[in-house]
Order: sequence, then structure tokens, then C-alpha cells
Amino acid sequence: MTMKVGIRQVDGVTIVDCSGRITLGEGSVILRDTVRDLLSKGNKKIVLNLADVNYIDSSGIGELVSAFTTTKNQGGELKLLNLTKKVNDLLQITKLYTVFDVKDDEAAAVKSFK
Amino acid sequence: MTEQRVSYTMDSSLETIDSAEQKATRIATDLGFGDDEVMQISMAVREGAVNAVLHGNAYAPDKKVTLAFEQTGGDLIITIRDQGPGMDLSRIPNPLAPENLLKTSGRGIFLMRSFMDVVEIRPSKTGTELKLIKHVHGHTADGKEASQ
Repeated sequence: MTMKVGIRQVDGVTIVDCSGRITLGEGSVILRDTVRDLLSKGNKKIVLNLADVNYIDSSGIGELVSAFTTTKNQGGELKLLNLTKKVNDLLQITKLYTVFDVKDDEAAAVKSFK
Repeated sequence: MTEQRVSYTMDSSLETIDSAEQKATRIATDLGFGDDEVMQISMAVREGAVNAVLHGNAYAPDKKVTLAFEQTGGDLIITIRDQGPGMDLSRIPNPLAPENLLKTSGRGIFLMRSFMDVVEIRPSKTGTELKLIKHVHGHTADGKEASQ
């Protein structure tokens, strides 16, 4: 299953609902293009909802890091929401859980932006 | 346990990476590994295939990736060979080092080592050979049943 994204706005925060696989190739490119497009349009409060992301490889992890740093470098914030166990485990063993702001409740994630 | 070996010669393409992962999933499932172990094996094979296609063969159409699965004793042994210039082992980063945490690459071998029981990398001027070993639960590397 290739990756798909849906975008919605909640109280000034952009929620990106991701589904499928974030892997080398199409999945990583879709995520990269989506975040860059949002930033270029001034959307700097971004939540990646990964509830329906069932697989991610090292390239996908790199793309999440890139999205995080690109957003931060442009004065924005990017947070992760609803990690599956597989993605959660990967972020734990790569120590990226300490880097990302990870939420498991959408309303709390939206409220957490300054 | 019956010994079995199957090998594939594949192009240096993105399709090869997906195909290698799918083959690993099917074979590990058929061998009776649990869901978590199947995911670990398939992800390790995917990362190995990524290295072979991208960093080894650099997508060169005239270079092939060889993927082999072997069940011997209590082990599943997976070998991935490329025809690139040979990996420089001194340049493998530690992705957990603070200065590397925000790097966008360099986690593939780390993930393989996290998920497999043995990871051996043998670079040469004619390519890199990667060997991944997963012990079947309850067995040691020499195939004897492990004491609990």
C-alpha cells in the first residue's frame, strides 16, 4: 500500500493524516512534498497523524527527521500523533522518541502549540 | 529440520527492494517465525537491499543484487550481495550519537543489527556481501537446541 495523505485544519493547526507506508521512494517523497508545500503556504503548526502508517523504514525515519528540522528551521513546529506500536518501537530504538514531540490525543496535540 | 536454500538475482531498482522485503516476509512466515520476528527479518532484508541497490550498485542497470535465503540447523541465513565498490566500514556512523540523532540517513545497518542475531558485512573491490542470521526460537547458532 502506497502512502496517502489527507490535510485538514483544526484551530490554526494543520493535521496531516498519513496512511500506508513511509518508505524509500514514493512514500518518503509524498511526505517531503507535503510538508514543504505546507510550509511554503505559511502553515507552520503541523501535526503528522501516523495512526494509519503501518510500516516505516530507515528512509522514512530520515524523512520524519527532515520534516521536523525543516519545519523548525522555518520557525515552525512539527509534532507526531497516534504512533502505531511498530513506529513507536522504531522511534524508541533510534532514540528519536526523545527528539520528537509525540502525542496520543489530537485535541491535546492541537492545544500544545504556542 | 530440513535444509533449504533459494537465491534470486535482481536488478538494481526500487522494485528489487520491495520484492526482497516481500520474499523475506513470505519465507520467514513459512518457517514459523512469529509476527514480530517476521517484521524484524523483513525490515532487515529491506535495509540490506536498500544498501545494495543505492549505496552499492548505485542503481546501475548493469549491476545485479543477489539475494539468498538458507535454512540450516536452527538458523535462517540471508545473504545479500552487490557489485559496487565495496562498503567503507570505517564510515558507518553511530546513529545514536547526539551529533547524529538529527541526521536524515545512516540508520539502516543499526536497524539490521537491532533486529537480527548476527550481521556480518564483508566488503571487497567487487562488491559487498551482507550476511543476516536469525536464530529460530529455541536454537543456538550451531543448530543445537538451546537450554532455557
